[in-house]
Order: sequence, then structure tokens, then C-alpha cells
Amino acid sequence: MQTKRLTPYLLILPATAFLAVLFLVPLVQTIWLAFSQGNAPSMANFQRMVSDLNFNTALRNTFLLTLFVVPVQIALSLAMGSLAMHIGKGRETILWIWTIPLGISDLAAGLVWLSILQNSGYLNSFLYGLGLIERQQAWLTYQTPIALFFGIAMAEIWRSTAIVMIVIVAGMNQVPKDFNEAAQVFGASRWTRFTKITLPLIRPALQSALILRTVLAFEVFAVVYTLGGRNFPVLMGEAYTWQNTNQNYGVAAAYAVLIMVISLVATFVYLKAIKVDPERLP
Amino acid sequence: MSDIHPLKRAPKSPASFQGARKFLFWAAIAALSAWVLVPIWFVALGAFGGRRGVYTWPKSVFPGDLSFEPFLTFLQTDGLIAAFGNSLQAAGITVVLSVLLGAPAGYALARFAFTGKNAFRLLVLLTRAFPLAILALPLTVSFINMGLYDTVFGVALVHTVLAMPFAVLVTQGIFMGVPRELEEAAWVFGCSKFQAFLRIVVPLALPGLAATAVFAFVISWNEVFAASVLTVSHRTLTAYLLTVLGESPLHFRFAGGLLLILPSVIFIFAVRRYLFAIWGISSK
Repeated sequence: MQTKRLTPYLLILPATAFLAVLFLVPLVQTIWLAFSQGNAPSMANFQRMVSDLNFNTALRNTFLLTLFVVPVQIALSLAMGSLAMHIGKGRETILWIWTIPLGISDLAAGLVWLSILQNSGYLNSFLYGLGLIERQQAWLTYQTPIALFFGIAMAEIWRSTAIVMIVIVAGMNQVPKDFNEAAQVFGASRWTRFTKITLPLIRPALQSALILRTVLAFEVFAVVYTLGGRNFPVLMGEAYTWQNTNQNYGVAAAYAVLIMVISLVATFVYLKAIKVDPERLP
Repeated sequence: MSDIHPLKRAPKSPASFQGARKFLFWAAIAALSAWVLVPIWFVALGAFGGRRGVYTWPKSVFPGDLSFEPFLTFLQTDGLIAAFGNSLQAAGITVVLSVLLGAPAGYALARFAFTGKNAFRLLVLLTRAFPLAILALPLTVSFINMGLYDTVFGVALVHTVLAMPFAVLVTQGIFMGVPRELEEAAWVFGCSKFQAFLRIVVPLALPGLAATAVFAFVISWNEVFAASVLTVSHRTLTAYLLTVLGESPLHFRFAGGLLLILPSVIFIFAVRRYLFAIWGISSK
């Protein structure tokens, strides 16, 4: 009997030990690194971070990008999910095509969109073909901040909508068909059925999708780096620059802590705002 | 169960209205599919068009002068094959570690009730709320002390932190899907618990485990930040491309993008049946 009680602990021991050493310890170290200077507690790193020229822009850019990208992705995924529900033949193939970006890294996504948005790229060729522009137009410079913002947002939406879509489609698959049928019998329109039946029932899926995507959106880095370089500062990019170029681990850690805090607050807000019956959680 | 297909129903609508609706439905699906596929086509054209192709103006969607040569030249760039190899190695180690560490924990969560179960689940879920890649910052210091800095193994360790919690949650779902009765029947027929596990549970869970492994591979293969911070000379493909991007010609960057995309697309294709099931729910 003794072994039986020990078994689960033996099974989780390797994973727990690993996470303790490579997740919890570095986590505490990051926090200490950020809040200390020469081994004494200090806010110097945060002061330096906040007074940095790029800080405000990076913070604003990261928030704007998240606030734009995440809602678009949720809407797009809901549309994809609703469409997919009604595809008969070929459903698997179409869903596969829509999930392809899941395997594509942010770096590759940035390069893909660079081929479209660069000066002699496909967007300009298309606009030229339509007669809308006469010569090559630059979209990705600091002189065109709005175009740069939308370029980066497009690449982000293109790359990371797949994961939201998968979570939402998985949620939609769980909605019992009879609910919709019953509502239809009582004459509920498609829109009513969607807002009154589907949406409330896929709350757990919506919640996980929102948390997952928001946390990842605050970590946006490589897409921005490939498309805008440092013309479009974001928090993670600043952390990278402070670590790699400036070799200042303290300020880099301060950025890391800031991203963490924002992610945790966002997660908390979603958990509070979207009430999910705990029994329905997977 | 009756068919609630809205396109087949709605008997009162005139035929033309239905036709228009059907057209819109498929147009939306085609547009969304094109939205995914066309950009990949464009980057492939960039990779196979070479130096001249990049500056062609205006560009055509079906250019005539494509060849494999620019892509092959790109593959011969100094350090590229090594970086490719490093990426494969790091991803391979990540797969092995995250499945070996994650699957037992997933099995424990699926089959046992024990004190501390919720604490463990919380620890695993907590990793999802954090930008894990930034753990690479403090780890550089400890990795330098331990001789793990600038090694593929060091990168793989960080990637395992990213992939293993995922493996725990997914394998938990997979093991919960294997009927307990089958295991119990095996015990009755004289199998030890371990034998029953090997002969009954493993074969049934194998496809799901394979899908988990592929996901761990893709997570590691695509990771940029930690790999860039933790390596100098043993860069993975993403880290290598990130550092040489600034000074590379455009067609080189497009070839790099295509090279990054190809393996992961193949892997996603391999696990397409499990994509939706893996997120906790079966798709049928």
C-alpha cells in the first residue's frame, strides 16, 4: 500500500524538480535582478527603464498592438469556427489550411510579410497594377508609423489566429447540437442563436483563448524586429536590446518583470470578467 | 440527429437567394484560405527568385524566372547548415525531455487523486501566464557558471520549460481517454501494473504522445528569444537568422523564412487529426 500512495509523487517528481530549477529559480532571480543594484535592493533599474527614450513608445506600441490584434483574432476565429461548422465535405482540409500558421514562427511570419510589404514587394505591385500609386511606396519606416503598425498587426494576425481558432473550434464542437436545434424550432434567428447559445456556451474556450493570446501578444518580438527593426519599439524588443546590445541585465530584467506583471493582471482580469463554471473546465 | 444545415434548410427562400448565400459562404472560406496560403506563396517566390527577382518591379504573381539555385546558394551560406543542425538537435532534446518528464506527470494527474495535485496543476498552469522566454535572462548567468551557456543543450533546457507544461496537460487528456477498465482487465489476466501500462496504455496513447512530441518540436524549432540570448556561436536557425537579418540581402531573408516554415508545416500536417482533439475536445 505504501508504494501505491507514493506512485503519483514519483510520477510528478521529475517534472516538479525540473520546473523548480528552470522555472521558479530563474523567476525569483529575474525579480531580484530587476529590484537590485550591486546586490542591494534598489529601484535604479526601473528608474533607468522608465526614463529611457524608448520606454513610453514601447509600452504604448505593445498595448496598442495587443488591443488591436486580440479582438480581431477573436472575431476572425469565431467567424472561422461558425463557417467550419457548416462545411460538409472538405472540412478537414479547410481546417488544416487554416491551422498551417500554427507551425510558423514569429520570425518566419515577419519575413513572409516583409516579402509583401517591402518597397518592391507584392503590396506595392498590386497597388501599382490598380493604378493607385505611381512609384514604390515605403511602408516600413519610422516616417510611416501608421502603415508600420498595420503591417506588424497584419503579420501578427496572420500568424497567431490559428491557435485562437483551434481553441474556439474545439469549444464550439462541445456545444450540444440539440440546443441549436431547439432554438431553431422556436424560430430563433442565426444571430440570436449565435449570441444566446453558442457564445455563452463557449465561455471557457473564449477565456483560455483570450488569456493565451493576450499573454503572448505582450511578448511580441520577432515579427516587429523583422518588419520594423527598432523603428517600432516594443517591450520585449527593448528587453532584448538591453540584454544583448547594452549588456545591462538589470534593466532587461526590469522589462521582464513589467511584462510579467502586465500578463498576470490581464490573466486575472479575464478570470474575473468571464465567469466560467468550474465544472465545465477541462 | 437531424441535419440543421442552414443552407439546406430555409425552404421558404427563393432559389436565387439560396444560391447567393451559398456563394457568399464559399467565397468567405476561399478568402480565409487565401489569406493563409498566398503570403507563403509570396515568400517562396522571394526565396526562389534570387537577387534579381527581389528587385523586379512591378512583381507578378506567377513570375517566369524562378529557379532552385538561389535557395541552394542560400543553403550553402557559412554557418547555415550548422545552425539548421543545432535547431534540429535542440528540438530533438526538447521532445525527449518534455515527453519523458511531462507524460508521467500527465499520467499521475489522469489516474490518481493525491494531496498536492492542485498545487502541481497550478505550477503547470502558472508557466502559461509568464513570458517564459525571458527566463533566459537570469539563466545566462547560471548557465555561464555551469558551462551550459552557448550550448545547444542549454537552449533545449529552456525550450523544455516552454514545452513540458504543455506536454503535461495534453498527456493528461490522452491518458484520461484510455479506458481504465482495459487496464484493470489486464491486471486480472495476470499482468503486473507496469506490464499493463506498457501493453495496454502505451499503445493506445501512442498517437497522442506522438502529436505531443511534434508540438514540442515545433515550439522549440520556432523559439527565437531564448535561443538568441543563450547562444553566441552555437546558434539555432532562428537565432542565427535573427542576428544576420540586418545585414542580409532580401532574397536571403526570404529563403530563411521559407526554410523555417517548411519543417513546421510538414509537422502540423502530420498531426492535423489531433490538433482539435489535443485542445481537450474531440472534433467529431
